[in-house]
Amino acid sequence: MFDDKALERIRAGKENWEKNTLTKTLSKAPERKAVFTSISGTPVQRLYTPLDVQNLDYERDLGYPGQFPFTRGVQPTMYRGRYWTMRQYAGFGNARESNARYRYLLEQGQTGLSVAFDLPTQAGYDSDHPLSMGEVGKVGVAIDSLDDMKILFDGIPLDKVTTSMTINAPATVLLAMYLAIAEEQGVPFDKVGGTVQNDILKEIICRGQYIFPPKPSMRLTVDLIEYCFKHVPRWNTISISGYHIREAGSTAAQEMAFTIADGIAYVQACVDRGLAVDSFAPRLSFFFNAFTNVLEEVAKFRAGRRVWARIMKERFGAKNPRSMMMRYHVQTGGVTLTAQQPLNNIVRVALQAYAAALGGCQSLHTNSYDEALCLPTQEAVTVALRTQQIVAEESGATDTIDPLAGSYFVEAMTDKIEADIEEYIKKIDAMGGTLAAIEQGYIQKEIQDSAYRFQKEIESGDRVYVGINKYTMEEPEPTNLLKVDMKLGEIEAAKLKKLRAERDQATWKAALDRLREVSRSEENVMPAVIDAVKARATIGEICDVWREIFGEYRPKEFV
Amino acid sequence: MAQDRKIKIIVAKPGLDGHDRGAKLLARIFAEAGMEVVYTGLRQTPEMIVETAIQEDADVVGLSSLSGVHMYFFPRVVQLLKEKGLDDVLVVGGGIIPSEDVPELKKAGVAEIFGPGTPTAKIVEFIKNNVRKRD
Repeated sequence: MFDDKALERIRAGKENWEKNTLTKTLSKAPERKAVFTSISGTPVQRLYTPLDVQNLDYERDLGYPGQFPFTRGVQPTMYRGRYWTMRQYAGFGNARESNARYRYLLEQGQTGLSVAFDLPTQAGYDSDHPLSMGEVGKVGVAIDSLDDMKILFDGIPLDKVTTSMTINAPATVLLAMYLAIAEEQGVPFDKVGGTVQNDILKEIICRGQYIFPPKPSMRLTVDLIEYCFKHVPRWNTISISGYHIREAGSTAAQEMAFTIADGIAYVQACVDRGLAVDSFAPRLSFFFNAFTNVLEEVAKFRAGRRVWARIMKERFGAKNPRSMMMRYHVQTGGVTLTAQQPLNNIVRVALQAYAAALGGCQSLHTNSYDEALCLPTQEAVTVALRTQQIVAEESGATDTIDPLAGSYFVEAMTDKIEADIEEYIKKIDAMGGTLAAIEQGYIQKEIQDSAYRFQKEIESGDRVYVGINKYTMEEPEPTNLLKVDMKLGEIEAAKLKKLRAERDQATWKAALDRLREVSRSEENVMPAVIDAVKARATIGEICDVWREIFGEYRPKEFV
Repeated sequence: MAQDRKIKIIVAKPGLDGHDRGAKLLARIFAEAGMEVVYTGLRQTPEMIVETAIQEDADVVGLSSLSGVHMYFFPRVVQLLKEKGLDDVLVVGGGIIPSEDVPELKKAGVAEIFGPGTPTAKIVEFIKNNVRKRD
């Protein structure tokens, strides 16, 4: 970007500034700290100049929005065309209650749905399973059968609204239910849009909602991808997720690096299945976190887009530019929210949403300020949605594309995170790939070490956390917390009993037998799963078939 | 407590919740504080946790929950420990636990609840001061 002569003058000028101006100031007033670091622990210099970005090649490293390597964004006009999709993650209690929350959010201007399932659903257990005791409807909606799913989307037209479903191990089952409802609404599959998370590797790394061992899990993931590229072309078949990696304690660069490593594993698995890379890669999407350290987050997103584009082009030989685009959803950092002085969380979320907007996300969930205490109340959800509406419509961040490009600091940080990502990918490749690195506990250990470092920084006071280690105060007990009825488990169990008695037994049995047969073969399971949910097989029954065939995953614990 | 015997603590994740950042972090902090730590891993039933406590002859059971199931699981663990005659095992808990639930949990026999943002040194100190004395 700069010729050698200009750089020479800048270098001389900087030395002069340091000698004549800076030294004087430092001798009178030392800086607040000896070393400054980002929230991820990356050193931050006093001043950034063209000297820090002298190797930046505009055409090679940045390019133009909507063009390789997509550093400046995946769409040619970004938010000048339209804002990101505002997609608040919601769900609690039973299908009826969650349906009411969805209709409320759509009325308030939310533009897409995002379904939170309860833990039994995520773990493939029916609401009446012994392990579901106490968990039904707690952190999301309880879905046992197609009947629940029908209530969940009652009055919501599936050709108008796109839906994101946070479901991983049993993603095939929930997608099958969704498709069955679309069929009933008369919406053809090629008009159905949305996303399933379907990212089993990050469950194994850090979120814990796995069911089956890695290999058959990957098979189900690839079955879903393959089925959708043939029959549901607008469906985002996987949301490769760094969000939970960051929540578990990783740095920004680790979040991006390990997510890309997972992405490489999925693309490789699909290629090994015989799918052409450009047939499925345009439907891959990503999911990231945003912390309060705005500039580091922006650099992370920009670096991630660049690395992914290069990997898809150079490693996998993709030809279609859409295969090289890292499109992603952002959720603000749940783990950054404090139970102390909860209203401060509104400010944190606003900064994080601003980072997501400056970084170029395609959709966004803003957390509610009371989430360190309980499930969000309606008031807190509304403030959270308004926060992203204010960022979109009042802040001006959306009027020009990639507004921080060319900032010496942001470009230097983007380069640094890119280098960190590449270093990790190299290490993981050398270990034999992502699955091997996970099996050896390498990725888990790196994340835990970062979590530990962060905790130590907070406790020593090196890193300020407002309300936790500085500006603390006595507070009244919070009130108006949302509670889920403990009786819900019994109500759902009674419904299941009725369903099992009333369904057509012959159809149900035949569908499960067919599923068993297909699962033992190498055939794609999706059509059999769709038939099974239509025959009112429950999620627990379908997953039991797979538990019997695939076994259950029991991880080694790395502490 | 005799000098040669370390405090033995079981760190457990009851229920289906997979968020184990806090549990693993504390396992490391407890080990650094000189305790012997057993981490159970995820998806533990109260029965499994109590069984581990018996087998390991534990002094302390530390429960972590972020999914709102504490009112079901924590008292159940205390009750099962009592049924097995382990009523001198110290039970503590942490996670996303509304303060209005704390009195009831304490009444059920959970010695202390540590919410988000608690300094880990405070947890270590509480355990050292309240663990059963034995030789």
